[in-house]
Amino acid sequence: MSELWELPLHEAAHLLGGRQLSAEELTRACLERIQQVESQVRAFVTQTQELASQQARRADQRLARGEATFLTGTPMQLKDNLCTQGIRTTCSSRMLEPFVPIYDATVTERLSQQGAVLLGKGNMDEFAMGSSTENSAFFPTHNPWALERVPGGSSGGPAAAVASGEAIYALGSDTGGSIRQPAALCGIVGLKPTYGLVSRYGLVAFASSLDQIGPMTRDVTDCALVLQAIAGHDPRDSTSIPRPVPDYRRALTGDIRGLRLGIPQEYYGQGIEEGVKESLTQAIKVLEGLGAVVEECSLPSTHYALACYYIIAPSECSANLARYDGVKYGFSFQDTLSMWEAMEKTRQHGFGPEVKRRILLGTYALSAGYYDAYYLKAQKVRTLIRQEFEEAFQRFDALVTPTSPTVAFRLGEKTEDPVQMYLSDICTIPANMAGIPAISIPCGTVEGLPVGMQLMAKPLGEETLLRLAYAYEQATPWHTQRPPL
Amino acid sequence: MELSREEVQHIATLCRIGMTDEELGRLRAQLSHILEQFEVLRQVDTEGVPPTGHLMLQESVLREDSPAPSAPQEGVLSNAPSREGELFRVKAVLEE
Repeated sequence: MSELWELPLHEAAHLLGGRQLSAEELTRACLERIQQVESQVRAFVTQTQELASQQARRADQRLARGEATFLTGTPMQLKDNLCTQGIRTTCSSRMLEPFVPIYDATVTERLSQQGAVLLGKGNMDEFAMGSSTENSAFFPTHNPWALERVPGGSSGGPAAAVASGEAIYALGSDTGGSIRQPAALCGIVGLKPTYGLVSRYGLVAFASSLDQIGPMTRDVTDCALVLQAIAGHDPRDSTSIPRPVPDYRRALTGDIRGLRLGIPQEYYGQGIEEGVKESLTQAIKVLEGLGAVVEECSLPSTHYALACYYIIAPSECSANLARYDGVKYGFSFQDTLSMWEAMEKTRQHGFGPEVKRRILLGTYALSAGYYDAYYLKAQKVRTLIRQEFEEAFQRFDALVTPTSPTVAFRLGEKTEDPVQMYLSDICTIPANMAGIPAISIPCGTVEGLPVGMQLMAKPLGEETLLRLAYAYEQATPWHTQRPPL
Repeated sequence: MELSREEVQHIATLCRIGMTDEELGRLRAQLSHILEQFEVLRQVDTEGVPPTGHLMLQESVLREDSPAPSAPQEGVLSNAPSREGELFRVKAVLEE
């Protein structure tokens, strides 16, 4: 490691705290790295260089006064569906291209209060709908490990920025796997917290019972630090959990002896690439070697999770995206005579094809005559999925699965058939359906492309996930590997 | 599950998304294909299973009924696509 922008967050924080490194130097290094590689990676929708430099100077003053926290002066990227006051927040959609929020999301506030430095906003699949960032209305992001391949999605921008060295860490959002899958494809750590652990205030809503914000980082220690900063009750989000947040750093002990791990066979079937399965087999052996007790198990409802998700998420999205009508903000098609036509044309031209598909699907599933067969049925299947996890977590401390069925695929490879793209989410969707926490950590490569291992735990089981992930990470070389960019 | 053009047009009207004929045809095919994937849910026995509407660990969340400032007016209007003074300007709501 020779470049400042290669530093993991915890090492940068240590050097900043010891005044061996200034926030200005670190921020400048990231800005230079962005200059160097961004034209190839395209992880940013908006860059905020001047603001970042100002924030870095203020951070240095705080550090000099001894009033810093562990995030003060650390440069990061926020996915572009997180509201940032005064800074364009587009959700990578034409519909919000001109939109400038008048408030910060809670997570934006929490990082800002600590003096974190905002480098810019991360490219994504439009309105968080997609698994490759190819649905961005602006441009696709490229995987730093292989530029002709996707970074995953929908948090492809944040994943690529962290992997390429453009940002030390980032925040993404995850509704069906949108933090974990790009983390896996880009060889970084991504955590989807328990539903309700992190406030959704200021996250542009896609599916309100599934969305969660979470850290995307270079290693597990960094993940714990960022989670610490953003987790915790927020009165402005009535779904936020009113319990005190533990100290996640205490989970980083390296000791996993006796922890019981379940291997659900449904996650290792036909749809999973051989190379991915092999990486997971090796990773599970490492976990056993570290003292975990491993046992196969079965979660039959896994087979229904994809269909269930693709009814519930579009249904919720059809309600959440009804607000985009060209009246109060955003894109507005003005050249019509009537109000309805204006609204219809605004939505016709403002939304991209995947967003339209999902709104239509959701509207259909909720409409009179179809509600029982689709939406209500899906909600019942969701209960079965949750119950199965609850039972599993009585026997096991965590479940181990691949994060993604494949390594990073080529740009354009899965864009013909929407269903092919949806299959990218088969391993990640169940955790959102049940509201349980799940983390993806690098566990190898296949022909130079990263593979991610997913760990899932019961609600508020983040400490178990971090403990397992940290122990595995420290016993393997993956977290020190960087793309050859 | 094959959708007819009329059904797709009906849904599009419900969710107020305008569509060309070409888009309608394409979406009809794609949505029908996606809906086929949902047939698998018919196999699941959900007799007596309650629906999961939300994942809330607690019941209704209330706050004190005490007034606080709203968002500032200028801020709220700052993103208006079409504005007249303090008002958002829209097309005629009532038609002949």
